[in-house]
Amino acid sequence: MITIPYTTALTTLFSYGLLFAFGQLRDLFRKFVEWWKDSNLHGYAPICLGLEDFYVRRLYLRIQDCFGRPIASAPDSWIDVVERYSNDSNKTLKRTTNTSKCLNLGSYNYLGFAASDEYCTPRAVESLKKFSPSTCSTRVDGGTTILHVELEECVAQFVGKPAAMVTGMGYVTNSAILPVLIGKGGLIISDSLNHNSIVNGARGSGATVRVFQHNTPSHLEEVLREQIAFGQPRTRRPWKKIIVVVEGIYSMEGELCKLPEIIQVCKKYRAYTYLDEAHSIGAVGKSGRGVCELLGVDTADVDIMMGTFTKSFGSCGGYIAASKEVIEYLKFSCPAHLYATAISPPAAQQIISSIRVILGEDGSSRGAQKLTRIRENSNFFRSELQKMGFEVLGDNDSPVMPIMLYNPAKIPAFSRECLKRNVAVVTVAFPATPLLLARARICISASHTREDLLKALEVISEVGDLVGIKYFPAEPKKQDEGRVKLE
Amino acid sequence: MASMLMDVMKNSFDWIPGALNADFAGAVVFGTPIGGHYVVEFVLLVAVVVLLLQKSYKPPKKPLTEREVDELCEDWVPDSLIPPITEEMKCEPPILESDAGPHVVIKGRDVVNFASSNYLGLVGNKKLIESCTDSLDKYGVGSCGPRGFYGTIDVHLDCEAKIAKFLGTPDSILYSYGISTMFSAIPAFCKKGDIIVVDEGVHWGIQNGLHLSRSTVVYFKHNDMQSLENTLEKVTRQNKRASKMRRYIVVEALYQNSGQLVPLDVIIRLKEKYRFRVLLDESNSVGVLGESGRGLTEHFGVPVEKIDIITAAMGNALATCGGFCTGSVRVVDHQRLSSSGYVFSASLPPYLATAAITAIDLLEENPDLLSKLRNNVAVLWRGLAEIPGLTIASDPLSPLVYLKLKNSTGSFNADSQLLQSIAHHVLEEGSVLVAASKRSILDKCQLPAGIRLFVSAGHTEADLLKAAASLKTASELLLSKQGHT
Repeated sequence: MITIPYTTALTTLFSYGLLFAFGQLRDLFRKFVEWWKDSNLHGYAPICLGLEDFYVRRLYLRIQDCFGRPIASAPDSWIDVVERYSNDSNKTLKRTTNTSKCLNLGSYNYLGFAASDEYCTPRAVESLKKFSPSTCSTRVDGGTTILHVELEECVAQFVGKPAAMVTGMGYVTNSAILPVLIGKGGLIISDSLNHNSIVNGARGSGATVRVFQHNTPSHLEEVLREQIAFGQPRTRRPWKKIIVVVEGIYSMEGELCKLPEIIQVCKKYRAYTYLDEAHSIGAVGKSGRGVCELLGVDTADVDIMMGTFTKSFGSCGGYIAASKEVIEYLKFSCPAHLYATAISPPAAQQIISSIRVILGEDGSSRGAQKLTRIRENSNFFRSELQKMGFEVLGDNDSPVMPIMLYNPAKIPAFSRECLKRNVAVVTVAFPATPLLLARARICISASHTREDLLKALEVISEVGDLVGIKYFPAEPKKQDEGRVKLE
Repeated sequence: MASMLMDVMKNSFDWIPGALNADFAGAVVFGTPIGGHYVVEFVLLVAVVVLLLQKSYKPPKKPLTEREVDELCEDWVPDSLIPPITEEMKCEPPILESDAGPHVVIKGRDVVNFASSNYLGLVGNKKLIESCTDSLDKYGVGSCGPRGFYGTIDVHLDCEAKIAKFLGTPDSILYSYGISTMFSAIPAFCKKGDIIVVDEGVHWGIQNGLHLSRSTVVYFKHNDMQSLENTLEKVTRQNKRASKMRRYIVVEALYQNSGQLVPLDVIIRLKEKYRFRVLLDESNSVGVLGESGRGLTEHFGVPVEKIDIITAAMGNALATCGGFCTGSVRVVDHQRLSSSGYVFSASLPPYLATAAITAIDLLEENPDLLSKLRNNVAVLWRGLAEIPGLTIASDPLSPLVYLKLKNSTGSFNADSQLLQSIAHHVLEEGSVLVAASKRSILDKCQLPAGIRLFVSAGHTEADLLKAAASLKTASELLLSKQGHT
């Protein structure tokens, strides 16, 4: 739980209030202007209603340049950020041909497979030549190649489940599979900070959705007891089934799921568990098998394991791993399997190869080294940031570390100042986070060297002082520095 | 004793009117003489206040005790996660050992492929693969981030510009998966209270978008313009507030579930008459219809600006993955922050964006691909003429040739099983891969089942005739047996 300091909350609210007031004022003037101009849309309601895009027009556009920065290279540890300029006070941004080389602290390139890899890339290119970029068909009709079959076996074995099904997009995996598993009369209990794809999947399913406090097993138990005891609203019939949906690592918090406790609660109340490992698969655990391995949970206790390949594996798509029967049923009924174009064959090959590297099946120890490096890098970076006095969220071992910014003015300031010093960071604000809890998010990669991290720390510390986001007192410098002076 | 009681009562009865009317000469409070009725009113007022302040009566609540909750939890038996697996659920798709071009290798055999919507025959195209290889070498496979957070690669922007230029629209936006395009774009523009009039035959991606938008959805009969007009009339007449709501007509240019072509000229007329916006899904028509492959608008000679929102999946004619949405700058920019599938998902792998650019280039360089495709469709139509037990339900221009049963069994599943047996037979005996339609349990589409043949510009005449011949043999064999002819 993030507790926002009282004064910070006040200043943040004040800032948003100010932005809102000025935005309204400008809207008012715009109305006058539009009054004069004859609109050709008589009889049509405006396509974006006034307040719907108020946030975009009046708040987001001011700091648009901090988001969606195009890059002209692979999302490796160093990227070429394309410079942009604006002639209309940030309303539109134009690309230039200039780029600046920046240290990448933004991409989810946890294991460094985003860049060209000596083992994976040649194989992906080979598959591209053999299978073309696309099959132009759904998996059931004519979109299943030998690569797809191999991929599903490989994923199932890697994750530690009997079978798996792969789709071409992580978002679709969640939003198309939840409705197949549960419908009217069912209950989905979802963590309050679950990803939007889960929210949309739950909404699309027609099941009732209840939320439990983020990562709080005791509250989950409370909700479960209450819901089982009272049954469905109005009819009071017992629920058909209950699915508890949690994530392995929360992408905006960097926190690890309290999986063992949650599994225990779910087992006690016979609720099914659905674990979304989008950020944790490949990134944590001794052999990269995700939170289950890290926290010592038997994968047999998790009913549905979902994950994506966009992060650690440097590819695209998502998977569902479960028992053979569940996968058989999903392959029979899931729209993502029946109607969507199959995952691109080279992307499938990239996943297979990267899993082989992680498991050491390529005949080298690179995978193990990558896993050690990402853990060391993450823990080093996190502890250094904390020592400097930043408010860093998340748990040890997690490669995601958000730094709290709070005030809206600090969002662009932090992002722009870091970029000036050639460090590319991600700042996150509403709608991805609650309005008051804007943050910068750093994703550490195994491809970052120690020098990279030291440079990043130096820059972040400097910018942190400038912007004023060191909300905690800095830890006193180590004693030996003083000693050197004494000598 | 009794007389004494009577006496007291009599006295008090005497006293009551006396008390009410008594002239309390002395009772003057702050200069106001307090009359008898004031006393009564005061008492009543106090009573009212006291009653108002009291909590309303509720039957005493007896919350369940911990033990009772324990027992209820103990008693609760959940359904199993999935229904029991039946034989029909176990379907083994054909496994390709080669790329999904016009000819594929299945179990070591060469098979003519009619299951890939590779309309322009670009799968396996040398130039396409070369450009993808360069892109893959430069950018890697995945983009490792959503578009907002360093997942925007310059080729994404180039691809968006290319698509917009090709279709003649001001701007476009890329999605990382075809099916997510529609179900993200629709909820970005339609909210609770808005009205959407939609064809009943639209595919699941659109259906899901409609559901997620929470708008009022009204269906009209599949590709029936009279039904559309009646629906529009009813919706606008019925609803006095209709002019204040956003109103959309959602149609597919070329229906995936039937191969029908939507009469866009009629749609435009109706849209302007009733002032609806049009959301057109061009997944199967971009790169296929029109003189130069610019889709349905070009085919009907309708200016593209008349269509407010166009979406399309790129996994068909363009032979890549992903999808795009195009329209005015306002329409596109609104999605960049409001469309969940765009904001919350990793971006399209850069090499697939390159593939889309190259595919459009190839189409612009070789417009004869389109005439070849049209010619191929005509050849297949001729070949399939008088096929026993089946009829062609699709439009003569559609490269998606849809065969449905002449006499349906009445249930989708039975029809589908029957058609699947034909598809199976055609694959085993005739070495032709076709797709029998399958329907997800979530799909609400009610159109009849069918066999889909995706004609490609890459097919030779021999391929087409072979497919037609083996389909004829199979349907004769399997349908006449069951009296369907």
